[in-house]
Amino acid sequence: MTVLTQSQTSAAPQAPAPRRRKPLGTRAFKVFRVIALVAVVLFLIAPLFWMLLASFKTNVDIYDTAKSFVFTPTGENYANVLQRNNYFIFIFNSFWVAFVSTALSLVLGVPAAYAMSRFTMHRSALVVLMARVIPGVSLLVPWYYVFSNLKMVGGFEVLILSHMFVALPLIVYIMMSYFDSLPLELEESAQVDGLTPIGAFRRITLPLSVSGIATAGILSFIFSWNNFMFALVLSGSKTKTLPVAIFDFVSYASIDWGGLMAAATVVTIPIMIIALFTQKYIVSGLTAGATKG
Amino acid sequence: MSVLNTSRGDTARGAGPSAAGTPGPRKNFSAWANRHRKWLFAAPAMIFVGILIVFPLAWTLYLSLTDSQGSVRAATEFIGLENYVTVLSDVERFWPAVGRTLSFTGVALVCEVVLGMGIALLLWRPFRGEKWVRVAILLPLVATPVAVGMMWRLIFDPNIGFVNQLLGMIGIPPQPWLSGQDTALGTTIFMDIWQWTPMVVLILLAGLTSLSEEPDEAARMDGANAFQRFFFITLPLMMPTVIVAILLRGIDALKTFDILYATKGKGGGSFHEVETLNVYAYGLSFDYNQYGLSSAVLILFFMIIIGSMWLLTMRKKAVSK
Repeated sequence: MTVLTQSQTSAAPQAPAPRRRKPLGTRAFKVFRVIALVAVVLFLIAPLFWMLLASFKTNVDIYDTAKSFVFTPTGENYANVLQRNNYFIFIFNSFWVAFVSTALSLVLGVPAAYAMSRFTMHRSALVVLMARVIPGVSLLVPWYYVFSNLKMVGGFEVLILSHMFVALPLIVYIMMSYFDSLPLELEESAQVDGLTPIGAFRRITLPLSVSGIATAGILSFIFSWNNFMFALVLSGSKTKTLPVAIFDFVSYASIDWGGLMAAATVVTIPIMIIALFTQKYIVSGLTAGATKG
Repeated sequence: MSVLNTSRGDTARGAGPSAAGTPGPRKNFSAWANRHRKWLFAAPAMIFVGILIVFPLAWTLYLSLTDSQGSVRAATEFIGLENYVTVLSDVERFWPAVGRTLSFTGVALVCEVVLGMGIALLLWRPFRGEKWVRVAILLPLVATPVAVGMMWRLIFDPNIGFVNQLLGMIGIPPQPWLSGQDTALGTTIFMDIWQWTPMVVLILLAGLTSLSEEPDEAARMDGANAFQRFFFITLPLMMPTVIVAILLRGIDALKTFDILYATKGKGGGSFHEVETLNVYAYGLSFDYNQYGLSSAVLILFFMIIIGSMWLLTMRKKAVSK
């Protein structure tokens, strides 16, 4: 991010006209490129498409290889999953845990990232980023012990706390590289005009950081929605999130493939829709700090 | 940076008198808050993470030196390094798990970086339909890993799976995939590659777009062909970004849990065929309640992660110079 903005600003006065792209290679290369791109897209999309197809099949049709693509679609799997298995509750649980943990992490993480960026607190940043490195299992045993003594296991609080632990480092990491790329001049001139440093942060920097905060928030929501291990240990029957609910779907007896695929689709569709509408933010968040060198 | 800091400090002091113009507890608080804003901002997050990390890590270290099992509340005895001796001499479960963790991570990383670089190069120059390819790249990345695991279970099912169906069309006999003792680990590596190559693509693409075009053009003028330009110009310039991608992906790949547990369940399958260190430690903790042993495994696992990160960071520093 930083490199990009710097090179843009420095190049802007010298080269006002956009540089013309060179014609690329030979005709053969162009054909190869199209084929390769189609292959990549197929490779990435086909499994998801297969899951979607199977979610509309009866189990008899799933076992019949002649009906791979031609079959009479049924909504029965979805009706089963949503009504009989009460997936609406799990959807709500997942949403609530992801939403609250993201919101609280933003409140804690954005000011922290600001201070760490402006005062170059590299060692402090390292402490927070350590949370991304530690294997989750090593935290779960002590957490489980303490929280079960506090009678908190099975409640939303403990799930939200554990998901904040995933969200906070992510938010600090993304926001630090965002604040690093934000010019200091505006804040400084606001302070010359009489705002206190905190006032300048609140009235100047924060409004300028909306897109960065959106990036961090969306990614943290997705990571929390997808989180499996913490919820597997710390959630109770009332707070079960979607990934755990899907995992429970697989019993030791035969698998209800249609229902399982419908459940898998129910989990992934909301997150994919969010991703489609916020593509730009997700990409900038995932690549934050990667090109800093 | 330090120069900038002092200048900001000056303006902070400059704001002081105007705040002190009308004295009052609120103004005093505001002046105090502004003076200490560095820690006021950073401390809550650091304390939160600190409490949730430092205490559990210290506890894990402590548990690894005891014979804790059954219940964490049960009386434990300090047994020194015995757990570590047990774990390190365990050739049935521990060392195979180390091997699987490293081969899972290694193979997945190599494939993801090579494929990722290829795809990033394909996407480098703008083309028609770029938008759709970018959507396709994003979807696996955001999909819930547990759901992805279930999806692959159906696709790789030996009897009704689409993969065997496809192979059957070209005359290849059905393979056991996830249910085979030798093929399971490879199949899970394939799933990891499907889901996370897009992440590498995005990072490398960001790196490619931020490269300046001059060296590439100069080489073109000098008559270098596409391969020479890639291997002698683009790749060396991209090395720092490649290492960042390996670092970010590597940490997550070492810790892979969701798809392994979702596809093979407890213990990584009945022959532990996909049991990596993370799955092994989880099983010791929550399926067998062997907290002492599990903590020793986790401490060793943690050292492996930190060690490989340190090696990569050193490498990156050397490359960046």
